Amino acid sequence: MSMLNIENVHTYYGNIHALKGVSLKLEKGEIVTLIGGNGAGKTTTLRTIAGLLHPRQGSVSMDGQDLLKYKPHEIVYKGISMVPEGRGIFARLTVTENLEMGSYSRNDKAEIHRNTERVFTLFPRLKERRTQVAGTLSGGEQQMLATGRALMANPTVLLMDEPSMGLAPVLVEFVFDTIQQINKEGTTILLVEQNALMALSVANRGYVLQTGEIVIHDTAENLKKNPTVQKAYLGME
Amino acid sequence: MLAKYLFGQTGMTISGATIFFVLIVSGSMFWNTMGTNIKSGVSRLPKTSQTTIRILFFALLAYVALGLPQVSGPFIAQVIVIISLYILMGLGLNITLGFAGLLDLGFVAFYAVGAYTVGLLTSYGEYGLQHIPFWVAVPIAVLVAMAFGAFLGLPVLGVRGDYLAIATLGFGEIVRLLAGSDFLAPFFGGPRGIIGIQKPCLGPLGEFLKIDVPRVCNGIELGKPQDIYYIAVVSALFIAFVAWRLRESRLGRAWMAIREDEDVAEALGVNLIQTKLLAYMLGAAFAGLGGAIFTVLVGSIFASSMQLIVSINVVALIVVGGMGSIPGVVVGAIALIGLPELLREVSEFRFLIYGIALIAVMLVKPEGLWPSQVAIRELHHEDSSSLVEEAES
Repeated sequence: MSMLNIENVHTYYGNIHALKGVSLKLEKGEIVTLIGGNGAGKTTTLRTIAGLLHPRQGSVSMDGQDLLKYKPHEIVYKGISMVPEGRGIFARLTVTENLEMGSYSRNDKAEIHRNTERVFTLFPRLKERRTQVAGTLSGGEQQMLATGRALMANPTVLLMDEPSMGLAPVLVEFVFDTIQQINKEGTTILLVEQNALMALSVANRGYVLQTGEIVIHDTAENLKKNPTVQKAYLGME
Repeated sequence: MLAKYLFGQTGMTISGATIFFVLIVSGSMFWNTMGTNIKSGVSRLPKTSQTTIRILFFALLAYVALGLPQVSGPFIAQVIVIISLYILMGLGLNITLGFAGLLDLGFVAFYAVGAYTVGLLTSYGEYGLQHIPFWVAVPIAVLVAMAFGAFLGLPVLGVRGDYLAIATLGFGEIVRLLAGSDFLAPFFGGPRGIIGIQKPCLGPLGEFLKIDVPRVCNGIELGKPQDIYYIAVVSALFIAFVAWRLRESRLGRAWMAIREDEDVAEALGVNLIQTKLLAYMLGAAFAGLGGAIFTVLVGSIFASSMQLIVSINVVALIVVGGMGSIPGVVVGAIALIGLPELLREVSEFRFLIYGIALIAVMLVKPEGLWPSQVAIRELHHEDSSSLVEEAES
């Protein structure tokens, strides 16, 4: 049985039908990527899984447990954590305070301490800047903070929304290295990306989303060779 | 004698104001030039003498605070009481607006609820329901104000930003209009208000238990502004301490996370409904305490004193003091409420000076007179961010 199972999900914004029967699965230990153009419904899919949007139809379950019956703030207790689009850091709080908010769902002091150590090992830069106000960090550091904050909840599944957005190429590489590192340490990752080439180079499998529907689903290797994907998302003719 | 010279019947005399002004300006100039020297001088001293200096300083402060109303007379005491009441309201709104980012333009409603509760529970007048002692009525007033906080909070939970401001503005006006209406006059006295409110009494404990008999104070009656001064100042200090502990708590962090980004806070496990309601309720509780003390200061309540301008003043003092900063609330209340009170003698120009001062503060110190540490770091981060750029290039 797969770990995270999304089946035939229909999500609306008011009357706008944003997801038209999306189904996808995550197996334990995988990196799965969701690629697609602007407005395809990638962020909507993540927000639906995180419980911030409630689908009108379909099911979202983790380890066989129905997630739709939980309130948005309860989802994180089920082991799902999100790095939101545009990072969503708390700009007027310090780096430490941001990380503390990341462990809001954790009560065990020792565990919080372990998670903090893990984050500081992944991102030594955050340790150097821990007393700094998050809004004054550079774009790359803010991305590290958003990722670190999500890890503070010690998730089994990490949802990442466009982590490479607006970053310099050298930082993009660092971000994808980190994604692989986090995955190696045992976290399953669902990665939403516009940078399809990078995403497919770290992912095991990929889904292509187009105007609210999954149009292609394959292994990352095959997707890279798929002519439609090459033409639409990898910029090859 | 000195007090007579400095303060007239309704406020400072011209000479008093001039002396005051010169003292403040020269004092702050002295601190600007010598302040760092003094601070570093103190920090170079051994640990024990540092503690001694600190203890002496606070002892002096406490001595001045204790003795002040006896020396200054009723006018200054009353001004300080009013400042303290605004500090209480400011600390309350600082929770909803400063910490949780929920703008409330009808904050005076909770002040009114606190005032009316104490009035109804202690008045000898025709609307008094009970004659319980002030000390018992105050916690009840705080609880009732909290209930009203939840009552306001529930319908506006999903409302954000500008819409929230309008909705709360309406709530404040509704409370004032209902309290002063002919419709509810049999309960709240309508435009005639509630009068004959009992003064707090420091007496034998047994007195507390008799609730329905008209009481005579067998101990010390705290009737004069000089007496209410102690109640108001102690309350303001206590609530400032509570607000400070709240800010450092898990709940305080959750409020600030909501202020920064509701969705992300929720995804991290913050229960928005519970956390927001607590912000409304605790903010209302502080304002309710302020209203309760106001009632015994003036001995009567009129709905017409619960004007929108009170709510606006509270918002303004938070902004001038520094959003989210607890010392900022104190400084803001002194600057915005205390100074105009002291300047009553030059009444024609009072609000002109007030308006100019507001604009000047916002231009010169946009982060507020005494901003929170975070606001300072945020607005003066040129140095640190250039370091970031360097490290990256």
